[in-house]
Amino acid sequence: MIKFKDSINLALDHSLRSNNRLICFGLGVNDPSRFFETTKKLLEKYGENRVFETPTSENAMTGIGIGLAINNYPCVMMHQRLDFFLLAMDQLVNNAAKWHFMYGGKKSVPITIRLIIGKGWGQGPTHSQSLQSWFAHIPGLKVVMPSLPSNAYSLLIQSIKDPNPVIFIEHRWLHEISEKKINKKKIKIGDCQLLSKGKDLTVITYSLSTIEIMNLKKIINKSGINFDHIDLLSIKPIDYKSIKKSLLKTKNLLILDSISNPICSVGSEIISLISRDKDIKLKNTPSMLTLPDISTPTSFYYTKNYYISKKDIIREIMRLTNKQIKIIIDRDLHDVPNPKFKGPF
Amino acid sequence: MKKVSFSKLKKIYENSLKIRILEETISREYKKNKMRCPTHLSIGQEIVAASVGILSKKEDYFISYHRSHAHYLSKGGDIIKFIHELHGLSTGCSKGIGGSMHLIDLKKNFYGSTAVVSSSIPIGVGLALSKQLSKEAGVVFIFIGDASIEEGVFFEALNFVILKNLPVIFVCENNSFSVYTHLSKRQPRGRKIYKLVESFGIKSFFANQSETIKMINTINKVISFSKFSKKPAFIEIKNFRYLEHCGPNYDDNLNYRNNREISFWTKNDAVFILEKYLVKLDKTFNHKEFKDSFIKFVNRIFRKIYMNNKPNKINLKNFVYKKA
Ligand SMILES: Cc1ncc(C[n+]2csc(CCOP(=O)(O)OP(=O)(O)O)c2C)c(N)n1
Ligand SMILES: [Mg+2]
Repeated sequence: MIKFKDSINLALDHSLRSNNRLICFGLGVNDPSRFFETTKKLLEKYGENRVFETPTSENAMTGIGIGLAINNYPCVMMHQRLDFFLLAMDQLVNNAAKWHFMYGGKKSVPITIRLIIGKGWGQGPTHSQSLQSWFAHIPGLKVVMPSLPSNAYSLLIQSIKDPNPVIFIEHRWLHEISEKKINKKKIKIGDCQLLSKGKDLTVITYSLSTIEIMNLKKIINKSGINFDHIDLLSIKPIDYKSIKKSLLKTKNLLILDSISNPICSVGSEIISLISRDKDIKLKNTPSMLTLPDISTPTSFYYTKNYYISKKDIIREIMRLTNKQIKIIIDRDLHDVPNPKFKGPF
Repeated sequence: MKKVSFSKLKKIYENSLKIRILEETISREYKKNKMRCPTHLSIGQEIVAASVGILSKKEDYFISYHRSHAHYLSKGGDIIKFIHELHGLSTGCSKGIGGSMHLIDLKKNFYGSTAVVSSSIPIGVGLALSKQLSKEAGVVFIFIGDASIEEGVFFEALNFVILKNLPVIFVCENNSFSVYTHLSKRQPRGRKIYKLVESFGIKSFFANQSETIKMINTINKVISFSKFSKKPAFIEIKNFRYLEHCGPNYDDNLNYRNNREISFWTKNDAVFILEKYLVKLDKTFNHKEFKDSFIKFVNRIFRKIYMNNKPNKINLKNFVYKKA
């Protein structure tokens, strides 16, 4: 069994080994918790010149990464919460995304930025934001969001090899997810994966929502509902070709954008794309499940109805397919990824 | 400390004269509306860049901000590509995509200039870290203005430079203004920028451009300090821009600058002071031939553009991402 967090560690290890100019840095990379255990043993193997702690200076450190990257030192920079990286928007948007463009292609910026997003256990308003659509809006950036150990492994390696800036977003709740063995098959950035096939419905997920639907697949299938499950993996570029192909077949769409606020989200972008495509005629109006347009509260009691629950998903699938699913009793607590999780963050 | 030699001074003079001629030509020709981009001219401040350009080494890198023409040119940046860039031509140094505020000439180790205040500072620091890691010779000169030190990222970057002892020389041109706003409205009275910066733990220097020869020697001292001590350094240079913040004109009719200050700096024009000094040292010193031939060279570039100013077609899409 291999966990998501170990696959990240393996991908970093592989990348540092195969490119001796690769540099990794960020707050917590060498601390006792080793960045949620994703950077363990890297310092010991590759030394402090290549794997280092930084001052709490997110903006400057991003610029420093850009400076390294344009001078042939590709970088992986990491932030324990996406929210902290918001201090670096100038360097990301004005410099990393534009350096190749604004000097007419003279230099590109091979930098990978690992951002952790979260949910539950009181993450609250400033430790939980999933802002993938912000980054996807910027020409020059790529946005990758893996869901399982195998694709995390391959996509992190591809992101690091990419000559352009890549925002690599990991959901904290995925870190403990495991697979029997990681499949090292190369996945191209921009390709989605089709995780199941069916004619009743297309369900589009990414990151944590991929797991949310996988956990429900058995009972949904048992009720005689079969669906195409598209796991996006990459938000930008987005694999519209595969989405279209599936929709031409199922004519029925649910986007599980459950970690995101609704306005200008990944889901609303997909709906915009299909509504402008004259080939696509759906049976139902397209549906997307998102968080409300409200920041995340901290309280256990307030988050209960804030997040999308299993029930919400089942209900929406019943509505879209006009079929009954035996309602399940959900005993899981809504604010932890597994019963063992005790935070603190 | 050895004084800067006559031959170096002569080169600095020629370097600043070149920059002035180019900038004055741009100022004049701008009114033809062919250079359609925000342009921050360096007239009045040329000598700082000109001196650093001559006293530094080829292997040193430059990185700069919105007012970067002088820095680009003093490092030997390609003049034709520069003027083409201002005209939005695909033959420009940034293929016409960047304009006046985004210049680059990697052959000359001019690593780029960009226009969000202080944004280029950490990139210069990253370049310095790359030099340190690869044990490559030379330092990174990071050019900044007086407003640059009002941005948080300057202090973040400074902290890191000192922490890692990176090969960086900050050159802060303090012209007292951020657009129309005087230093006194932006920073506490009595603040000395170089003293503030020094208190963080970096060797800092000060020079006044009106004491031109002394300033050149101070710049030389900073460079030697950095070379022999292998430590980062900071220098603040007091100077003054002649034209408006952005654009080709004088704007002192707006009365945002003190008349005494304006006349002090125009009377103490650094290019002039250096010229007089050179003549004093060598009666035969004469730059007329150099000047005339350079003016001819510049005029020819503009004339050629006017005769044929259609850019080659480029596909912008190809520049958004580098192909993997
Ligand atoms: C972050 C940011 N804020 C505001 C501006 C607008 N702006 C452009 S130049 C400038 C003044 C900068 O002054 P200084 O650094 O002293 O350089 P100078 O123009 O005097 O050479 C300002 C405020 C900007 N480009 N970037
Ligand atoms: Mg200024």
